Amino acid sequence: MTKNTHFNWLNALRMGLIGGVVALLISLVGMVEEFSQRDIIAGVITMGQTLLFIAILMAGYFAAGRAAGQPGLNSLPSGALAGLVTAGILAVLVVIIPLLNLRAILPNASPALIRILTFLQESLVVGIFYLLGAGAMIGAAGGLINILPAGIRRAVILALFWVGLLGLLQELLRVTLTNMPQVGAVLSWMFGSRGLSVPGAIAVFVAVAGGNYLWASQGDKVQDRIRAQPPATHRAMRWGSIVVAIAVVLYLPRVLGPYLSDVTNSVGLFILMGLGLNIVVGFAGLLDLGYVAFFAIGAYVMGVLTSSAIGQNAGQIVFGPQLSFWQALPIAVGVSVLFGIILGIPVLKMRGDYLAIVTLGFGEIIRILALSDFLKPYIGGSQGIVEVGEGQIGPVIFNTPQTLYYLIVAGCLLALFISRRLRDSRPGRAWKAMREDEDVAQAMGINLVATKLLAFGTGAAFSGLSGAIFASKIGSIYPHSFSLLISINVLSLIIVGGMGSLPGVFVGALVLVGLPELLREFSEYRLLMYGALLIVMMLTRPEGFWPEATHKREFHEAAASEVAPESAPAS
Amino acid sequence: MAPILTARQVTKRFGGLTAVNNLDLEIQERFIHSVIGPNGAGKTTFFNCVTGFNQPEAGEILLNGHHLERLSPDRITQLGIARTYQNIRLFANLTALENILVGQHPRLKSGMLGAIFNTPGTQREEAKALAEARRLLAFVGLTGKGDHLARNLAYGDQRRLEIARALASKPKLLLLDEPTAGMNPRETEAMTAFIHRLRDELGLTIMLIEHHMGVVMGISERITVLDYGEKIAEGAPVEIQTNPRVIEAYLGREEAEAAGEPA
Amino acid sequence: MLRRFLERFTLTDLFMWLVGGSILALIVVGSFLTLRAGHYTARHWFDFVVFGLAQGSVYALIALGYTLVYGILRMINFAHSEVYMSGAFTGYFVADAMNRSGFLDQNPLLALLALFAVAMTTSITVAVLLERIAYRPLRRSPRLVPLITAIGASFFLQYTFRGLYGSQNRAYPDVEVLDGAWSLGGEFIIQKIQVVVIVAAAVLMFGLYTFVQRTRTGKAMRAVSEDKDVAALMGIDVDAIIVRTFILGAALAGAAGVLYALMFRQVNFFMGFIPGIKAFTAAVLGGIGNIPGAMLGGLFLGLFESVGPTLFLDGLGIPAPYQLKDVIAFTMLVLVLIYRPTGILGEQLTTAKA
Repeated sequence: MTKNTHFNWLNALRMGLIGGVVALLISLVGMVEEFSQRDIIAGVITMGQTLLFIAILMAGYFAAGRAAGQPGLNSLPSGALAGLVTAGILAVLVVIIPLLNLRAILPNASPALIRILTFLQESLVVGIFYLLGAGAMIGAAGGLINILPAGIRRAVILALFWVGLLGLLQELLRVTLTNMPQVGAVLSWMFGSRGLSVPGAIAVFVAVAGGNYLWASQGDKVQDRIRAQPPATHRAMRWGSIVVAIAVVLYLPRVLGPYLSDVTNSVGLFILMGLGLNIVVGFAGLLDLGYVAFFAIGAYVMGVLTSSAIGQNAGQIVFGPQLSFWQALPIAVGVSVLFGIILGIPVLKMRGDYLAIVTLGFGEIIRILALSDFLKPYIGGSQGIVEVGEGQIGPVIFNTPQTLYYLIVAGCLLALFISRRLRDSRPGRAWKAMREDEDVAQAMGINLVATKLLAFGTGAAFSGLSGAIFASKIGSIYPHSFSLLISINVLSLIIVGGMGSLPGVFVGALVLVGLPELLREFSEYRLLMYGALLIVMMLTRPEGFWPEATHKREFHEAAASEVAPESAPAS
Repeated sequence: MAPILTARQVTKRFGGLTAVNNLDLEIQERFIHSVIGPNGAGKTTFFNCVTGFNQPEAGEILLNGHHLERLSPDRITQLGIARTYQNIRLFANLTALENILVGQHPRLKSGMLGAIFNTPGTQREEAKALAEARRLLAFVGLTGKGDHLARNLAYGDQRRLEIARALASKPKLLLLDEPTAGMNPRETEAMTAFIHRLRDELGLTIMLIEHHMGVVMGISERITVLDYGEKIAEGAPVEIQTNPRVIEAYLGREEAEAAGEPA
Repeated sequence: MLRRFLERFTLTDLFMWLVGGSILALIVVGSFLTLRAGHYTARHWFDFVVFGLAQGSVYALIALGYTLVYGILRMINFAHSEVYMSGAFTGYFVADAMNRSGFLDQNPLLALLALFAVAMTTSITVAVLLERIAYRPLRRSPRLVPLITAIGASFFLQYTFRGLYGSQNRAYPDVEVLDGAWSLGGEFIIQKIQVVVIVAAAVLMFGLYTFVQRTRTGKAMRAVSEDKDVAALMGIDVDAIIVRTFILGAALAGAAGVLYALMFRQVNFFMGFIPGIKAFTAAVLGGIGNIPGAMLGGLFLGLFESVGPTLFLDGLGIPAPYQLKDVIAFTMLVLVLIYRPTGILGEQLTTAKA
């Protein structure tokens, strides 16, 4: 490796260009404007500006450091250069928008965008000057972060992340915790009216950075001390944490209030579906893109069996036994399992891409049939089914977010329990073997037909359960709710969490379902972000954020194994 | 002793290519029977026909009187045939123990319900299976590596794990496809001794594809030689070594003439 | 004997035969009833057929993109539908501008050429970026990874274009020269635009076929799709060939986008999704990797989809059969993949897909 001491223009330029294109896209897609309605640090910086700064920061970061051949102090100017180029591209945009009347083609190239990009300055020239200056400074900062020693760098990045996160979630935190007055006082100091207050932001930054740094250096010692404790203490600690966890779960709806409980319920329904798809895709390796079909079937069976809107008029269905929720629930799950098997039979011999697209087709077929006039008398067509039944145990009716919460938690726990048991069992091993190498699995005596149908059926069961609860929760069912987007949603969350990983499903759901529910801006750009996230994750961390240990090795070493192995010749 | 495997007039075609042509073969119980021949002679294809991965166009294959030709691979394994592969095909991302446990699949019974409810029957069976898997691991000399991912094992260990996995289904007939490929002389010797152990201690019948002539001649009771999908010779090692057709197939006509036989 | 028969045919095979048989019965009985009822005249059927051919031509052009990429990379380029959409959608702005300035009416030929050029360039750009950023780094990854990336890319592109251009439907302007219809023998009428679409598509497809069969690049493409590594050893620049494959497929998709838009007028960010799946169905129908197959598959699918709902379902008393048009296409996909996975003309891949 030659020591490169002269300034690497090209790389900085390239990073700047990439950053510029990304910033351009973010702006023109409308994210900057949309996100600017929310402040991260009140009065100082908005979410929209943060997005742009992140782009510039990363351009500066990647233009610097050893990887770019810019060790040491060269990092700062190269980071600055990259940042400058990025900002420059934005500046060009600012100029040509009015010049070429870009707004006619790109509706988001609006005056509001220009104002944001030029720091709300009256004069365009001054604004552009500020923009370029900011670009250079932030780029340099990115370069600086790159050359920090690893421990400090990690602490800084984590701290920035948490400042951003808390700024985003400030509404949520305030709403929840105003229930507890002691905490409320701290909160009003930390948060201004629209975001973190400046002292609050600084406090968070210092706390997280300091905490992370301390843990990195002292954490091992603490862990050793804990490990050295006698087993009795261990047991006590374990039981203690279980009790705390149960208490939190039981008490949560009271703390969250109705709106947030509802959000949690949505997350929970997706967790339930995710656990099901995790069996199909994660354990058995069958990429099912039509998973929403079983969600729909579960919902529709619940709807048809419990609806009280029976008759010949609009909005009514002609046949309905008006069973109770609890009577209909097992039937709904059973029918879903049946369909899981029925839709699994045609695809038994298909693999990979073909399997994916055929299952996608099935999902669409179900949706189209649900929407059609052909089946309208029986399942409501485009008008759907209304007056779906509600569950009831004793005096408790499951029709509010807080009560439904317990129903959904029960469902998720059941699914989690079953998944764990299956994972470490003979059927679970058969699935994993099939996922690894179908032909050899069959040669091991595994009946592929039975194993695949078992996977499809079990996955469908969880999805059907989720659908049935969903129908009862909303009280009515419309075919528009059952589109491909839900399948993609569920697939994304198990991929982000980690395929085959059970905690990963929870993590994925929290991030991919929770955030858009809480933050309207995220909801607006939901699918764009899912798509980008899927691509980025497959490129950088295909095993997910909380991987099943084996999967992590599979993805990273598949590429490595292509390089000729040390000793094995082909014979 | 009765033949454990009988193949009669087995023919397998791939489009215009006849890979196996009217092959007759008998394997006696508890024999170590090698199938050899130049590359492309149809050895692995024949193995695939026996294990059900390929369906022969014509002919019969019988295991202790049971017809195998139309059965699916999993049925055939349940009947008592297991194999290893030319280029190792372990379940790379499962641990060594998990690989062996999968191998036990046809001998275990617990299903979904047993797993979900963790019935005493299932618990017992899983405990037994795990113990058996550890025993097999020790038998092939991989004690202590049970929790390693199959992908991370050394090449020689992987080969042995594959055999352990094959043994897990308690087969009557074991098919080994080039078990000494890629091994140095010391490892080859160890593998040869090991194959002997398999037959002597476990009472298995072994069918072997092998290119290493030293191994073949030293270990086999009977050898069948294939060339272009047809059997060109069969017999004890001594007979095969001096058979001119065999020499011709491997080394060419000149060498056969040099061995003193008419062309 | 019976035991042998039972060992061969399992319960699942029985199920599939039942399903296949029912569908066949449905088709036959439905067609018979529809024709007997006689609600539709020859003219109606002619209209359906022509419409089907025109739409099928569009599918065929898009299908070629899928089949080319699958042949060379063994992956379904899920995002190809967005490559198609990007061309059509971007073309709208050019068409609109030309219409407003009067250029479109004054120099229709030149204007249309410009339109095609813009659309095809946009599609090509998107496809090349896609290959470079999302697909190339993952060429050696396990099966599932590029597939998921492609799905992610598809959604990312859809919603990026939604963000860029807005979520409303846009309509291509009227092109005077393409308006109107010709009559054949007095009884039957065929629209000018339909003729243009069918002819233009045929020309493009013929051009592609010649290119792949006759030119050096075409030969190299076929070599790479047979065996990437051996082709590299022969001195072929595999990366460059792959890029060129994407470019070809994208160019055809962009052209298809313009043709579609000229025929049906409406464009929006979502327009690629369903045609994309149908085009992929067409590619599989004809035999994946097989170029004449994709063309035939497209036409066949278009016909089937246009004539099918009315012919099969109307006689059976199903209301609004056109709603189930897509169901017919998807069902066809499933049936082809089950009963004849190598397609009508057979796959052009030497190794089985595994």
